[in-house]
Amino acid sequence: MHIAVCMKQVPDSAQIRVHPVTNTIMRQGVPTIINPYDLFALEEALRLRDKFGGEVTVLTMGPPMAEDSLRKALTFGADRAVLLTDRFFAGSDTLATSFALSAALEKIAAEFGETPIVFTGKQTIDGDTAQVGPGIAKRLGLNQLTYVSRIAEVDQAGQTITVERRAEGGVQLLQTRLPVLITMLEGTNEIRRGSLADAYRAASAKLVSWNAADAGIVDLAKCGLRGSPTIVKKVFAPQARAEAARMLAVEDGAEAVMTEIFVRQPALEAELMRFASGQ
Amino acid sequence: MSDTSRASTKKALPEHFKAYKHVWVAVELEHGVVHPVSFELLGEGRKLADKRGVDLAGVVMGGDEASVLAAAQECFEYGADLVYTVTDKVLADYRNETATKALTDLVNSYKPEILLLGATNLGRDLAGSVATTLRTGLTADSTGLEIDDEGSLAATRPTFGGSLLCTIMTLNFRPQMATVRPRVMAMPARQPGRVGRIVEHPLGLAEDEVVTKVLKFIADRASNKAQLAYADIVVAGGLGLRSAENFQLVKSLAEVLGAEYGGSRPLVQKGWITAERQIGQTGKTIRPKLYIAAGISGAIQHRVGVEGADLIVAINTDPNAQIFQFAHLGIVADAIEFLPRLTEAFRSYLSVNRLAG
Ligand SMILES: Cc1cc2nc3c(=O)[nH]c(=O)nc-3n(C[C@H](O)[C@H](O)[C@H](O)COP(=O)(O)OP(=O)(O)OC[C@H]3O[C@@H](n4cnc5c(N)ncnc54)[C@H](O)[C@@H]3O)c2cc1C
Repeated sequence: MHIAVCMKQVPDSAQIRVHPVTNTIMRQGVPTIINPYDLFALEEALRLRDKFGGEVTVLTMGPPMAEDSLRKALTFGADRAVLLTDRFFAGSDTLATSFALSAALEKIAAEFGETPIVFTGKQTIDGDTAQVGPGIAKRLGLNQLTYVSRIAEVDQAGQTITVERRAEGGVQLLQTRLPVLITMLEGTNEIRRGSLADAYRAASAKLVSWNAADAGIVDLAKCGLRGSPTIVKKVFAPQARAEAARMLAVEDGAEAVMTEIFVRQPALEAELMRFASGQ
Repeated sequence: MSDTSRASTKKALPEHFKAYKHVWVAVELEHGVVHPVSFELLGEGRKLADKRGVDLAGVVMGGDEASVLAAAQECFEYGADLVYTVTDKVLADYRNETATKALTDLVNSYKPEILLLGATNLGRDLAGSVATTLRTGLTADSTGLEIDDEGSLAATRPTFGGSLLCTIMTLNFRPQMATVRPRVMAMPARQPGRVGRIVEHPLGLAEDEVVTKVLKFIADRASNKAQLAYADIVVAGGLGLRSAENFQLVKSLAEVLGAEYGGSRPLVQKGWITAERQIGQTGKTIRPKLYIAAGISGAIQHRVGVEGADLIVAINTDPNAQIFQFAHLGIVADAIEFLPRLTEAFRSYLSVNRLAG
């Protein structure tokens, strides 16, 4: 089975600094990582490959330096890495991103074999939208399985898949037909270390690098900023609260804190009293 | 200038989109219950509709007449002028395929200018499919919704893990779509007995045409699941507590207050608490009447999840901790020492007053 995994290289946002005057992100020196949510997708894909045989192809759209993330994925054991890079993709929102990735996925299927399962992470830690996976599914006509916590069964002969999906208030056991798009829930597995052989292979592997034309994209108006229906009107830093916190000293004691809480939230005192009386 | 700068950042709405009017909220009805985020969105949608001088509509899709009508009535009481209903057995359980068809058909038939959904697993699953089908813009996880001077929806959301906020607009496509996480918007007051108009719409899809089947729904055991997002009081701890054993101090205070407990993200990573108790950008957004944070630094990713709290009380040894920038009450103290004292203060006060009452 040939499985595709879409990944994104993201800044390690714990370390992002915002320029205090211009409100722009200061990227210099900010380390990049594979979007952590994508690693759950990659590990699940590798497990399916180990079980059923076949190959895992990882795909990322990004600047040339996104190659680092692809190589990293190869060290974990992915078989092939495709970098989709072109200045026409700059400024893509989720709709334009799903357009470009879908084109590349079609090309991957044509060049390297059909992919009955396409994985993405649940969301990214920089964009945080969780919308690219569903966008790809819709564009490619894949049955969509989001927030999957467990793949229960893949029936290759019957072309069906059964998964557990995290829903509101419970878990859905869903069965659908291949091909599918799966977004994996976090914490469902742990990415493997990768073997020494994989590390050697990754270091010298030749990555597949495609620009828009290579990926078969003719309509550049659907890419990047031009292909994005949303525009970013304004970027700004969160404001400090206008009124400073009232600081209480430890010496005032815990009672003083409690009293101040009740002064500010009188209704709460009555509710707590009712609660304490067991009503 | 590069080619990419040609994106239209000016409003020039194509003629065929000019008929798009009204504000819609896609209501989450599952297993007979409406998710509270839908009412929060109706409250916010009401303001947008009033500002635009248009109607506010709820969209209710469900498997049986009784629960659909009950949900529609709730929509009216939370501010909807009308409700579009799609009632069909096929819609009994949420499935992407069926819900996408129902919602996109409705949009194409009745043309809303704004479409809001909850940023829940259901809403995020559905919104991406609908926006892609309609080829329109979608702003995920918005924290603020406004109408700008030109009448367009300005949706503000955190970006880069909350380090920055950005305002996003869909100027030249319709509908303008946005999702909002539970508890980010306030719950509007319910107006019992308020009525409105119902517009029924057929699904036009038979079960044997639907590829994906729900074999089973395994409900969470209510006792197992933290009701963090909707708790009135939340007590939380951070790395300042230094050990899983000390986290017990947070639980003890929560118990005395009948509160839910939670924590910062590193605590989940350390295994001191489970993931559903994480508060913040990548955890739960909470909106309690009282939030007590002990040993939490107040990183921006944590802040965005708690800012809606009515009263934020922070206990931290560092007088310069970021959390004091958005807390209402601050105590510079060792939480390990101070939490038991606070617990005891509440315990004795409540027991005395209970006996007196
Ligand atoms: C993409 C991304 C998403 C994230 N999402 C979230 C999220 O959803 N939620 C979240 O919480 N974090 C999130 N984070 C992590 C966030 O950036 C912070 O690292 C985290 O919130 C810090 O947790 P903390 O306050 O417990 O620990 P620290 O930052 O280490 O703070 C500990 C605090 O305890 C104080 N302290 C130490 N000893 C004591 C004591 N004895 N008594 C009282 N105070 C004491 C210290 O002064 C310090 O202020 C995210 C990060 C990224 C990059």
